[in-house]
Amino acid sequence: MDMIFSVLDATLRVSTPLVLAALAGLFSERSGVVDLALEGKMLAAAFAAACVAYIAQSPWVGLGAGIAAGMAVAMLHGVVSITYNGNQLISGVAINMMVSGVTPVLALAWFQQGGRTPTLSDEARFTAIDLPFADAIAHSPALKTFFGHNILVYLALLLIFVVSWVVYKSRFGLRLRAVGENPHAADAAGISVKGVRYMAQAIGGALCGVAGAYLVLAQTGAFIQDMTAGKGYLALAALIFGKWRPWSAVLGCLIFAFTDAIQIRLQGVELPLIGSIPDAFIQALPYVLTVVLLAGFMGRAVAPKAIGVPFVKSR
Amino acid sequence: MSQPANMPRWASLWLMPLLNLFAALFVSGLVIALIGEDPVECLKLMINGAFGYPEGIGYTLFYTTSFIFTGLAVAAAFHAGLFNIGGEGQMYLAGLGVTLVCLQFDYLPAYVVIPLAMLAAILFGGAWALVPGYLQAKRGSHIVVTTIMFNFIASSLMTWLLVDKLRMEGSQTPATREFAQNAWVPMLHELFAPLGVELPNTPLNASFFLALMALVLFYLVVWHSPKGFVTRTVGLNEKAARYAGIPVDKVIIAVMCVSGALAGLAAINELLGSTHRMNMGFTNGIGFVGIAVALMGRNHPVGILLSALLFGALTQGGLDLSFEKPAITREMIIFTQGLIILFCGALENLFQTPLSAAFKRMLKNQ
Repeated sequence: MDMIFSVLDATLRVSTPLVLAALAGLFSERSGVVDLALEGKMLAAAFAAACVAYIAQSPWVGLGAGIAAGMAVAMLHGVVSITYNGNQLISGVAINMMVSGVTPVLALAWFQQGGRTPTLSDEARFTAIDLPFADAIAHSPALKTFFGHNILVYLALLLIFVVSWVVYKSRFGLRLRAVGENPHAADAAGISVKGVRYMAQAIGGALCGVAGAYLVLAQTGAFIQDMTAGKGYLALAALIFGKWRPWSAVLGCLIFAFTDAIQIRLQGVELPLIGSIPDAFIQALPYVLTVVLLAGFMGRAVAPKAIGVPFVKSR
Repeated sequence: MSQPANMPRWASLWLMPLLNLFAALFVSGLVIALIGEDPVECLKLMINGAFGYPEGIGYTLFYTTSFIFTGLAVAAAFHAGLFNIGGEGQMYLAGLGVTLVCLQFDYLPAYVVIPLAMLAAILFGGAWALVPGYLQAKRGSHIVVTTIMFNFIASSLMTWLLVDKLRMEGSQTPATREFAQNAWVPMLHELFAPLGVELPNTPLNASFFLALMALVLFYLVVWHSPKGFVTRTVGLNEKAARYAGIPVDKVIIAVMCVSGALAGLAAINELLGSTHRMNMGFTNGIGFVGIAVALMGRNHPVGILLSALLFGALTQGGLDLSFEKPAITREMIIFTQGLIILFCGALENLFQTPLSAAFKRMLKNQ
């Protein structure tokens, strides 16, 4: 029993940044802009959050810095993809390389600890929130699984509801989807395509900012070189897995996080019939699942129609 | 990457890439200044490190060799309108093919085992690109996403193989045993020593000539063969190609295989030319540099040669620079590569629009 709860506990913790990044990707891609830059946005945010939280000794200021950095990178992606009609795929790849390169250089120059930032003290991190019934939690692993987390986990949970409401029920959400499916029709209806796409980038950047900040402020306590380690791509995979829908994407994130959580427990464990599974296989599982899904073997994943196509106003 | 009619050919072939390069170097310079170093001094150190002394040149050309292969790989796919980000994984898997051949057959003479290893590199690299190509052609899944996923899958697969299966007995590091000398591609300084030419001791090896041959072959196939014509037709307009009776699906799959095979040949340069064993993560971003090389070289062999040389120089010069200036690590080079990809591949309109406007005005005034 305890093991099940500890796996669920780990799943929640691992899935939080994935969920946030997948929701970020949802805004960008639903607006018609491919977002391979999720990785770079998160990494930049993690770096900014680590630096600022260390100097300010406050997780909230660090979170703010992370959001600002995520939005700044998103704006770069926006300028390239929306204003200059550049190739969105190439822009994403380039941004990821740039951020992955520049962050350790700056970390070394500013903190002289190799490619990382100094470890944050507990005051500068988000720790599990103290609830009035903390004593009850301590004795029940089941309660601990759901109540013993830091505030960002609950924020992410709340954001899933907010995002799915915004995308499907709000005026902005309708415009977002219109712009991603048929920008020329949206334009003819008087919607500013570029405006909506920039807005989507800004929101996505902020969400990636929270995701990146979470990695530092709630998990590692310091910025480490390339610490996102493919989480941005994994979130993108979850988004595709979820067919560009918020709840399904979240489900994808939970599945990927669950495989990650059980991977540690399954190390060297002999399972009946199959024997022990090498953890490399479990690590590769999310990527294999995404390929299989994209190939249409598990129901068709249909992307927003205008995705990847720069919008040039017809005259 | 369309060429606007109102810009002279020389401007779009030479001026644009140079402008983009300077923009990228300028931004890198800003970051170098930000961390308190002198950008001009760093540039001088880098150029000196890459071209200033014989060993430097040798290393520069060694890196250039790998970049030519991965650059050609990306360019081959681009000509068919495909963006192959999977060069890294294809090269990694090709390395597996090379390793398997060498571990089994490196008691055979060099003229048997080296061609065999090259064949394995081509087959394994090609096969790793075949699946994304097939899925793109037949199932409509996006090549970019699939090749990214295949990079991750390759990395997991190779980690498992190197840790659990191929690791040298009694060793803790995830690497194979050293291949026997029969399987080593001869170094250039060894090749030239009997002729009385003394070259510095660097990993530059005969694969360099293979890379040059690949460039020539690439030119001939893409621009002077029916297969190349078909490929470019698919790249320019898939619908028109289909209407003209070209089997688009087959072309896409075949081009991806060629692309993967080219990326795979980079593994020969690295494994049989330099390290003589398979290490974990030996690809070290070479596949991604291929994207920058192809974009900057405008998918043309001459451009690819020049930009591979540029990136070879950046790599070698950057390594030298990081010895002189410990604050500027090799990550600075990754940053610069990213900038070059951004400016050459996605921000071409930044300079193109004002430039073509300027040329238009000039022509009017004449």
